[in-house]
Amino acid sequence: MSTAAVLKTESRLFGREPGTLFWVLAFPTLLLVILGAVPDFREAQDSLGGLRTIDLYVPVAVLLGMIVAGCQAMPPVVTGYRERGILRRMSTTPVRPSALLSVQMGLHGAAALVSVLLSLAVGRLVYDVSLPRQVFGYVLALLLAVAVALALGALLSALCRTQKIATAVGSAVLFPMMFTAGVWLPVQAMPDVLARIVEVTPFGAASQALAEATAGDWPAWSHLGVLALWTAVLTGAAVRWFRWE
Amino acid sequence: MSVIEVSELRKSYGGRAVVDGVSFAVEEGEIFGILGPNGAGKTTTVECIEGLRTPDAGRVRVTGLDPVADQEAVTRVLGVQLQESELQAKLTVREALELYAAFYPDPADWRVLAERLSLTGKLGTRFAKLSGGQQQRLFIALALIGNPKVVVLDELTTGLDPRARRDTWELIEDVRAGGVTVLLVTHFMEEAQRLCDRIAVIDGGRIAALDTPAGLIRRSAGGTVISFTPSAPLDDGELAALPAVTSVGHKDGRITLAGTDETVNAVITLLARSRVTAHQLRVVDATLDDAFLDLTAGNLTNGAAR
Repeated sequence: MSTAAVLKTESRLFGREPGTLFWVLAFPTLLLVILGAVPDFREAQDSLGGLRTIDLYVPVAVLLGMIVAGCQAMPPVVTGYRERGILRRMSTTPVRPSALLSVQMGLHGAAALVSVLLSLAVGRLVYDVSLPRQVFGYVLALLLAVAVALALGALLSALCRTQKIATAVGSAVLFPMMFTAGVWLPVQAMPDVLARIVEVTPFGAASQALAEATAGDWPAWSHLGVLALWTAVLTGAAVRWFRWE
Repeated sequence: MSVIEVSELRKSYGGRAVVDGVSFAVEEGEIFGILGPNGAGKTTTVECIEGLRTPDAGRVRVTGLDPVADQEAVTRVLGVQLQESELQAKLTVREALELYAAFYPDPADWRVLAERLSLTGKLGTRFAKLSGGQQQRLFIALALIGNPKVVVLDELTTGLDPRARRDTWELIEDVRAGGVTVLLVTHFMEEAQRLCDRIAVIDGGRIAALDTPAGLIRRSAGGTVISFTPSAPLDDGELAALPAVTSVGHKDGRITLAGTDETVNAVITLLARSRVTAHQLRVVDATLDDAFLDLTAGNLTNGAAR
C-alpha cells in the first residue's frame, strides 16, 4: 500500500525530468534514425557477413538507453535523495527508505526497457531490421543487461557522496561504457583482439549476446556468464559501500 | 508509564562522548523541552529516540518500545520533524502530504493540517519553490500527519517570521490539548518558556538541570534584581545582610541588589524602617535566558569548538 504510494509519487517525479526522459527514451532511437539516414549504412557489407551497418546499430541503441539510465540518470537522483536527507526523513516513517531505492531502480529499469522497445520498433518499421529470431535468448540477455546497468548505477550511487560528484563520475563512466557497447564501432565490426577484450566488459558481452540472439542463435553462455558475474560483483560492491546518510 | 524514557544514554563519535549519561522521562500530554548550546548533544539525543542512531550504552523507550529493535512500531506512534532535511525538489505540497499520509495506518486529514498551517494556497507549489518558512510548516504538517502519540520537533520555529512563530506555538498547544506528547528541541528561550512544562538543559552531553521554566529561573543565581535610588544613604552591611541577597552594587547613587522575592519584601521593610524613600524602584525577574546562561556558563566559551 505505502510502497504503491511511493511508486506513484516517484513515477510522477520521473515524468518531470525532461532530461532523463530525452536521454533514456528518445536519444537512442533518434541516433538510430540519424545513422539510418546515411545511405551507406543501409547497404549490405561483405565485411559484416552480409549485414548492413544499421543492423548492427539496433543492439547498440538498445544498450545505449540502459547505459544512460544506469550511469547518468539514476546515480544523481539517489545521491541527491541521500544528500538532502530525504532517505533519512523517510526512515522515521513506517516505510523503509529502501522502498525509495527499489522504486528508483525499477523506474529506471522500466524506462530502459521502453527505450529498447522503441529502438526495436523503429529499426523494424523504418529500416527493416529483422527482429530478434531467438526471442527467449534475447529477452534473457536484455534482462541481464538491464540488471548490470542498474547494478552499475547502484555502485555509483554508493560511492559518490554528493549529487554533483555523481553527475560528474556518471558522465565519465558513460563514455567507456558507450564505447564497449559499440556506439562508435559496433563490437561485431571491431578487430578480433579488441572484440575479445571488449567481450569481458558488461556491455561488450551484452552486445555480443544480443547480436547472437538477433541472428537466431542462443547467446553464448560465456557472454551471459560475464553479464551475470558483473551484476553480482557490482551489486555486492554497491551493498557493501552504500550509506543511508 | 512515561511516554519517552531515556536512561544513562551514551553516544560517542570518534572517541568523543557527545551524549554522556543523559536520563529523563517525558510524561503523557507533556510538552518537554531540550535546551542547550550548539553541540551540547541535543540532536544526537533525539536521534537516538527517533531510531536514527544506535546508542552506545543506556536505554531508550518510546511508549515502551525500543526505537532500534522495534523501529517500525515506533515510527507509527512517533512523528518527527528533523532539523535538516528536504523533500524531492519537484514534489508539490499536496503530493508530499498525500504521500506521507499513505505511510500511516490511521493518518490525519491532510487538508485540515494544510489549513491549520496556512498551506492551502500552496498545495500545487513544488517543494523547491517554497520559502524557508513554508518548507518548515510543511515539515510540521508531515510530523503530525500520522496521528502520532508523540512528536519530536527539532528547531521547530527556525526560519519562521514572528507571526508564523506565534501561530505555530498555538498549533503546538492545540496538538498537546489533543493528547499528544511533545518533545521540543530548541535554543530559543522565549519558545521554551512559553510552551514547555518542563525543560532539560543539556550541556557538554550531560543534563545540567531539569525543572519547570519557573523553577529553572528561580534556582539560577540572582533570580530577581531590585534597583532604586535612595533618598538618603543606606548602610551596605545592612543591605548585604538582607535575606537571600547574592550581590550588592552601587553606581551613580543607585543601588542594585540581586536576590529573590524574599529579598524584595525585606528591602521594602528596611526602607520603611529607615524612613528612606526609594526613587525609581524597579524589580525585574530574571528570565530563562539568564538561567540558561548561568547553567551553561562554564562551557559557553568553548561552545564553538565542540
